[in-house]
Amino acid sequence: MDTHQTAYIEEAREILTELETSLLELEERPDDMELIGRVFRALHTIKGSGAMFGFDEIATFTHHVETAFDLVRSGELTVSSDLINLTLAARDEIRKMLEDHGNRSEEDQQTADEILINIKHLTQGTKGEKAAPENTSKSGSPPPKPRAPLPEVKGKLATFRVSFKPTPEILLTGTNPILLLQELAELGECTIIIGNEAIPPLTEINPELCYVYWEVILTTRSGENAIKDVFIFVEDCSEIRIDLIDEDLDPDDDTQHKKLGEILVDRNVLSASELSNCLAKQKRIGEVLVEANLASNDAIDNALAEQNHLTKVRQKHKDHAETSTIRVEAGRLDNLVDLVGELVTLQARLSQKALRENDPDLISISEEADRLTAELRNNAMSIRMLPIGDTFSKFRRLVRDLSKGLGKQIVMTTEGEDTELDKTVIDKLNDPMVHLIRNCIDHGIEMPEEREAAGKPPQGTVHLKAFHSGANVYLQITDDGKGLDAEAIRAKAVEKNLLSADATPPESELFALIFAPGFSTAKTVSDVSGRGVGMDVVKRNIDALRGTIELESNKGTGTTVTLKLPLTLAIIDGLLVQIDTGFFVIPLTAVEECLELTRQEARLAQERNMISFRGEIFSYISLREMFGCKGEPPPLEKVVVVEVNGSRIGMGLDSVIGQHQTVIKSLSKVYQNITGLSGATILGDGTVALILDIPQLVHCAEIERRGG
Amino acid sequence: MSKTIMTVDDSASVRQMVSFTLSGAGYGVVEAEHGQDALDKLKAAAVNLIITDLNMPVMDGIELVRAVRSDPALKFLPIVLLTTESQDSKKQEGRQAGATGWIVKPFKPEQLLAVVKKIIGA
Repeated sequence: MDTHQTAYIEEAREILTELETSLLELEERPDDMELIGRVFRALHTIKGSGAMFGFDEIATFTHHVETAFDLVRSGELTVSSDLINLTLAARDEIRKMLEDHGNRSEEDQQTADEILINIKHLTQGTKGEKAAPENTSKSGSPPPKPRAPLPEVKGKLATFRVSFKPTPEILLTGTNPILLLQELAELGECTIIIGNEAIPPLTEINPELCYVYWEVILTTRSGENAIKDVFIFVEDCSEIRIDLIDEDLDPDDDTQHKKLGEILVDRNVLSASELSNCLAKQKRIGEVLVEANLASNDAIDNALAEQNHLTKVRQKHKDHAETSTIRVEAGRLDNLVDLVGELVTLQARLSQKALRENDPDLISISEEADRLTAELRNNAMSIRMLPIGDTFSKFRRLVRDLSKGLGKQIVMTTEGEDTELDKTVIDKLNDPMVHLIRNCIDHGIEMPEEREAAGKPPQGTVHLKAFHSGANVYLQITDDGKGLDAEAIRAKAVEKNLLSADATPPESELFALIFAPGFSTAKTVSDVSGRGVGMDVVKRNIDALRGTIELESNKGTGTTVTLKLPLTLAIIDGLLVQIDTGFFVIPLTAVEECLELTRQEARLAQERNMISFRGEIFSYISLREMFGCKGEPPPLEKVVVVEVNGSRIGMGLDSVIGQHQTVIKSLSKVYQNITGLSGATILGDGTVALILDIPQLVHCAEIERRGG
Repeated sequence: MSKTIMTVDDSASVRQMVSFTLSGAGYGVVEAEHGQDALDKLKAAAVNLIITDLNMPVMDGIELVRAVRSDPALKFLPIVLLTTESQDSKKQEGRQAGATGWIVKPFKPEQLLAVVKKIIGA
């Protein structure tokens, strides 16, 4: 038996005696965590050292007893008299094992087994019936000593002020304070302030001594114990103070941060009365304190650094926090926007009047009111509206993950991210959009090989597009996949009894069947889509938004799903133009630029339906002609260049008046079916201006020309 | 360059365990059987850290710490003591002699590495 084993036996005997005492105490105070910890540690040491020095029998046996106490420590098992009895019996058994090391009798082995069975019986049923932990402390530091109960803020973001004043001789213990500071910095965001007042003049410096101290403002989730662990080896030769200075980082809490003076009082740099005396002088508090010799410049700087740290951390936290919201009935907001619309119209009248009167006072009032109205308008609109872009970008991940999962190559492109939509509409759109996109990816776009065989690029595209048209917002999801198979849909519909076998409905009606409940054409159910519960739900969701859903598909080239959503009232920025005696508004988003044509150029353009501008040739539509205006055209014709479906088109008109805040008013039912117009607005003088629906106008012109 | 650590212990099994763990983590290791052996070997090898047991023949851990601290060339060398809980007084003594830190026996390899990292950095 070597000396270590002897030493171990010696030590184990001591521990066992201690264990007995602890257990008896524990019987009287079964809730004493400190005692439980002591028992656990005793067992742990016996086990650990036993294993280290060849007492495997003891280690294995003790392991199970230790497991029981680990459960007690974690609160999963309560201390019962049964447990105490068993542990005491186990203790005696360990002692026997120590004495008869290597010469165990059969009988003793049985006793040991019985104890183990009983202990296992006790621990059974607790969820943590697992191996004992690796050790009592994670960092290799000594097992935690009993500590005074601390405000345990573990897991919660809290800010501590850690003051670390090492003894000057700290370097002589081989300690590198820099490493300790680095270790602290690993715990969280920290600001380190060095205290260097004590550095003597160069001639007096002993390079082997440490003259500086540090204050670290640390924001961490690790809790005070983790900070203490950092200083575990230096705590008895250094002055270490850990103060919790800001525990509650609740972003909704608007209480101000600690003032400089308060921080200094906290630090015992000065007393509260000294602070208030200085405050009475109403200078910058820092300067006053230095002048009054109550605090050194360094102390002030340190406190300021602390304040900055807290402000920074809080601000960061606030930025990350979800913005708080108020839910308001949509009707009230509708009202508000209506009223703002009225106000905008009224404002236009006011400014016109002011200009006509040419009264400087009135003009300045009008301009002020104009500014306010514009701001109010923006606010009122922004309350309800959100750009669809955020929602689009959420789908990027979806597309990526789904296509990866299916082994397809798919990119998502978007258009019209700026299109604003009611927040509630956007929220409700999310699920139907997800489903539609999944369908595109799963059913629409083919595998890369299949695509190449069909002469398409291997990479498929899902295109999301949003745009305003009149009082509606359109959302389009387009894929360039294989398109819908009308025959397959037909067969499926007949099979599902949604269609009689001899019916031959037009394609569009066939496609509409996809939205019938329980319809799915996928041959195998994939985990992406194809359970046949989706499209009818999509339809129901869109219906609930008072919208419509349309499907357009060409076999082999792709599918487009168009969601049309109503926008009861919107205010847009428009370009006010004049044609003959009428006023019209072109949505500013469509406008690219304006140019002028002489009468001769205009005649040429009308003949050719083309204009050439900056070396580029594009279509020309004379609105004069289109609206059948008889009046004499002006000597210089204006052309507003708009972009429609990616191509540029020139709109010939008489004059461009300027940008106009346009409150969209729906046309009455009688005019609902007029193409080319999406609504109307009221100008300052009460005149009605019609809002042009540019895409529709272009479409009309195309049809007309093809017809002609 | 990887850092070199000296393990001082009269028990071959403990030396072996420490040595195995440290070299596994990429440190160079020098072994010594007791304090005097350690001092002799320190003259020849550049060492970044000493991990020493307390109870050893010829020269124990405390004496080793004192000897290292009084050597101008070695006085800032970090030293870790291997202690057991029942040796609290020894730990204090070592502390006063100038030990940098300690590890309580029994310890696991990961604990050893954590302490090494704490004291000499990664």
